[in-house]
Amino acid sequence: MNIIVYIKQTFDTEAKIVLDANGKIDANGVNLIINPYDEYAIEEGIRLKEKFGGEVTVVSMGGASVQTAIRTALAMGVDKAVLVSDPALENSDEWTNAEILAKAVSQIPYDIILAGRIAIDDGASQIAVRLAEILNIPSISSVLKLDITGTEATATREIDGGTELIEVSLPVVITAQKGLNDPRYPSVAGIMKAKKKPLQTLTLADLGFGDIALKMNVDKFSLPTPRQAGRKIAGEAAQAAQELARLLREEAKIL
Amino acid sequence: MAKGIFIIVEQRNLQIRKVSLELLSQGRKVADETGETLVAVVLGHGIDVLAQTVTASGADKVILIDNEKLAEYTTGAYTSVLNKLIRKEEPQAVLMGNTAIGKDLAPRLAQRLGVGLASDCTGMEIDAKNFLSFKRPVYAGKAFAYLSSNVRPILATIRPNTFKAEAPDASRQAEIVKETAEIDSADLRAILKEVAIAASKRPDLTEANIIVSGGRGMKGPENYVILEALADVIGAAVGASRAAVDSGWKEHKFQVGQTGKTVAPTLYIACGISGAIQHLAGMGSSKFIVAINKDPEANIFNVADYGIVGDLFDVVPVLTEEFKKLVKE
Repeated sequence: MNIIVYIKQTFDTEAKIVLDANGKIDANGVNLIINPYDEYAIEEGIRLKEKFGGEVTVVSMGGASVQTAIRTALAMGVDKAVLVSDPALENSDEWTNAEILAKAVSQIPYDIILAGRIAIDDGASQIAVRLAEILNIPSISSVLKLDITGTEATATREIDGGTELIEVSLPVVITAQKGLNDPRYPSVAGIMKAKKKPLQTLTLADLGFGDIALKMNVDKFSLPTPRQAGRKIAGEAAQAAQELARLLREEAKIL
Repeated sequence: MAKGIFIIVEQRNLQIRKVSLELLSQGRKVADETGETLVAVVLGHGIDVLAQTVTASGADKVILIDNEKLAEYTTGAYTSVLNKLIRKEEPQAVLMGNTAIGKDLAPRLAQRLGVGLASDCTGMEIDAKNFLSFKRPVYAGKAFAYLSSNVRPILATIRPNTFKAEAPDASRQAEIVKETAEIDSADLRAILKEVAIAASKRPDLTEANIIVSGGRGMKGPENYVILEALADVIGAAVGASRAAVDSGWKEHKFQVGQTGKTVAPTLYIACGISGAIQHLAGMGSSKFIVAINKDPEANIFNVADYGIVGDLFDVVPVLTEEFKKLVKE
């Protein structure tokens, strides 16, 4: 089975966000990690390979720093990697990213493509579904459980207030939700092996892209107005709870 | 020339989602200011009865696409039908809720139409140049991005609870149009076998007006009953912090934060939650925040409008009784 996992490097969840002199999100000094939902995708890819044989390829986009994320995936058990690295990607949008990714993916055989259900940085949840559309294959979002028999996939996906069971023929794009599996940590042997695994770096020109056109513009960024600490309600539990109930009704006018 | 604002109305078992009504209300305001037509688009089966509801909520025109293959949402059929409709009608903008369906449908539809998509927006402005512009949280609300597009139609998914659903006006009239759906077998490659909706009398986290949430201070899964009791008095949803979910006390679907759900209720009651930055990102845009925590130095107090330094096991049960009294009045 040929498995592709699309991963993205993101800021650590503990990262504090600041804007640089140009009003853009400042990445300086921020700890970078594999997008947490992508770890479930990597794990699922490796498990499928362990069960059915074949090869797992990670594909990612971004600058040189992304190699760290890729090496981690390789150390977990992924076989090889493709990184699309180009300065032009910095001002790209989801439409363009999906087109680029589709070009990169088309050069690799696949039966299944896995990705995280959302990236915790831009939180747009678009690329995997757009990719499926370009490749003209089905996709199943936010998957909690995946079974594959022959060329058929059965997936349980999370919906608002419940789940759906969906059946589809391969190839398919699956986006992983927390709960799909428990991602492994790279072993020492895995880390050693990862250093020798192939990592192919491609530019946009390699993929046949010239200038990239955008469908959506980011006009600016802002930071939220910091919340002010309100008041602490003094007194014993009973007294404080009573006062809180009163304030919620009379001052906040909620209850 | 692009015309009209389309609201894709989401319904399940002929119940319209609250976020769709919120979008109709806000869409009405935008339509009035820009002179556009507000069009409610409803897909499903046996949906005629919904025309009245969406009309009362603000639509000038209702497009009903009724087909038994649309009774339940499937990516393929819904994308195909909407793609054809939008190409024919050429609206300025297409808005839907950022729900499980919206998140699945909108990117696929955007790609098929060859357009951009502003997803999970928490603000929308009329824009002199580009008709509409959008504000959306990035890094789970640690920052905001402002988006616009000169490509038509503009697609956006809007987070539930962003806009207020105004009271319906039963005297409103709308033009009702019935369109037929052409669905071919290629649209039905993914087969929906089963839908399991968990029986819950509590509202969905992302749509709830009030959320009562518990963290590490809950000490164990068995103690959530005291939060549930509080929640049920005031019709709230119950949430959890990552610490509680990682401890296995609550399922991930209850998690609020950067790796869970981002919520913006009117009132968020944080019990035994320290206020890690990734949790604050997920609930920081709540209108009012109440914190109950033993640790007076807990981060959560820095964002709370009202804080009680105390043991939640003492405070919450009393609070439940107090709320009962208020609700009775």
